[in-house]
Amino acid sequence: MANVIRRQTPAARLGRGLLYGVLILAALFYILPLVVMLMTSVKPLSEISAGSLLSFPQNPTFAPWTKAWGEACTGMRCDGVGGYFWNSFAIVIPAVLISTTIGALNGYALTKWRFKGSELVFALMLFGCFIPFQVVLLPMAQTLGWLGISSSRAGLILVHVVFGIAFTTLFFRNFYVGIPNELVSAAKLDGAGFFRIFWRILLPVSAPIIVVSVIWQFTQIWNDFLFGVAFSAHNTQPVTVALNNLVNTSTGVREYNVDMAAAMIAALPTLVVYVLAGKYFVRGLTAGSVKG
Amino acid sequence: MRDSLPMKNTSATPLGAGAKRSTPSGGLQAWLPRLVLAPSVAISLFFVYGFMLWTFVLSLTSSRMLPSYDFVGFGQYSRLMANERWWVASTNLMIFGVLFVLICLVIGSLLAILLDQKIRQEGALRTIYLYPMALSFIVTGVVWKWLLNPQLGIQAMVQGWGFESFRFDWITNPDMAIYTLVIAAVWQASGFVMALFLAGLRGIDDSIVKAAQLDGASLPRIYWRVVMPCLRPVVFSAVMILAHIAIKSFDLVVALTGGGPGYATDLPATFMYAHAFTRAQIGLGSASAMLMLGGVLAILIPYLYSELRSRKHG
Repeated sequence: MANVIRRQTPAARLGRGLLYGVLILAALFYILPLVVMLMTSVKPLSEISAGSLLSFPQNPTFAPWTKAWGEACTGMRCDGVGGYFWNSFAIVIPAVLISTTIGALNGYALTKWRFKGSELVFALMLFGCFIPFQVVLLPMAQTLGWLGISSSRAGLILVHVVFGIAFTTLFFRNFYVGIPNELVSAAKLDGAGFFRIFWRILLPVSAPIIVVSVIWQFTQIWNDFLFGVAFSAHNTQPVTVALNNLVNTSTGVREYNVDMAAAMIAALPTLVVYVLAGKYFVRGLTAGSVKG
Repeated sequence: MRDSLPMKNTSATPLGAGAKRSTPSGGLQAWLPRLVLAPSVAISLFFVYGFMLWTFVLSLTSSRMLPSYDFVGFGQYSRLMANERWWVASTNLMIFGVLFVLICLVIGSLLAILLDQKIRQEGALRTIYLYPMALSFIVTGVVWKWLLNPQLGIQAMVQGWGFESFRFDWITNPDMAIYTLVIAAVWQASGFVMALFLAGLRGIDDSIVKAAQLDGASLPRIYWRVVMPCLRPVVFSAVMILAHIAIKSFDLVVALTGGGPGYATDLPATFMYAHAFTRAQIGLGSASAMLMLGGVLAILIPYLYSELRSRKHG
């Protein structure tokens, strides 16, 4: 849009100045909590109680980070959030890979092999994007028990796959709808089968949507708290649950620097993904959320 | 964003169907797509629709610690209606939801319009506005709990600047704590609304705006009268997503206020969790979950309806 004609009148200059002023103020609103979190996480406790939020660390120390990683108490245990950080990875990686693979095949079958009722199948699955998960918690707990995987990583992986495929199917379906059908039809005439066409024609052009799907699923599952807190035991907790326990464990002095370091640890993987692949992150958010 | 509309371009059927019959292994090939979809359909039928029904059944029983199946009709729903804490939670959701959606829309659209004025470093600013959306609500809650802490946070900082009488202790005040949830949630999600609006703005045809400019309309007037009406679908999507986030809000409450002081900041999602998992009230918890589902459907159905209608007309 941008139709500002740059006249160098004083009024126009004032307007530009004001514009940048507002934008920078807004940027401060978003960035300052992160800055405070980071600065607090490297201050000794004495400096926190004596100084103010925005005072620069005088004697930066990495001790809160090592404590948050390996020694801080999360509930009954005092071994930091490090183990739970790896727990999260052990849950997230299989769940992302499985749900993305299933979503890709679903999206392909729904667009390039349409059959009577395929639109209905899609609508049926899409509904899974919208439900409030509270409505599945209790039956899920019982089902995981029957399957013998309650409070296990396998159970959490299953839950995330089950409720992730609605989103991944949506992503891939909407992407494959835009791929011309001519190539697929020609391949079908040549006698190529379902998986061969997928492997040779669709998959080579799918890189962008795979990235979107992987990033979306990664952030969703990494940031999950509800399923994590409902379906995990102390040794299978994801890092979000451990962080919440750490912050709410009341033993002696509140160590705000350790809290902030633990929060940084829990936030880092998704922040790194966002910084490295922000473009795809935005695309996933808009594609996923406009319909989901 | 246009690409994300489901169910467009349905011209594939005749070609695909014709080709299938001519392949040697036509029988299996015709069934393969359905076989591939079958597990997902089964999962969806069982884990989504089956579980919804199951929760509904539980909500009709007197289940407490464990699910039991002695039915009490809609007794749990009338207990819920008589439960003061449920009303606090529902009222909180109204306050939180309305403020959260409105403020996000205002901030998001304003930032998008300002960013759309050929700004230097637009990419960097956009990244900064949007990054909170990558964080977990638990992280957001932990950070804002620290910022809002009256002894060490923002209140203490401003008092330290010499404004001794400055008060910002909402998080410990039962009447004001709900607004701290709004602040933290707006911080997290408004950048995302900005991204939605910016994408919408970039999709608008320049010539409409140029024409309005030639007519001598001022810039604010052009945005209000010409551009905003074009963005109605974006507003609609944003409202829908934000309302959905609001109804599902659970982690933020747990991390920021723990539902407190007392149960002053309880939301239906935390109410449901507390009753179903820690207070041994499975029947009552299920009833509250069903009402949450009803709330989501109440915003979802008009949305889907208008989507389908606009597709028929467009």
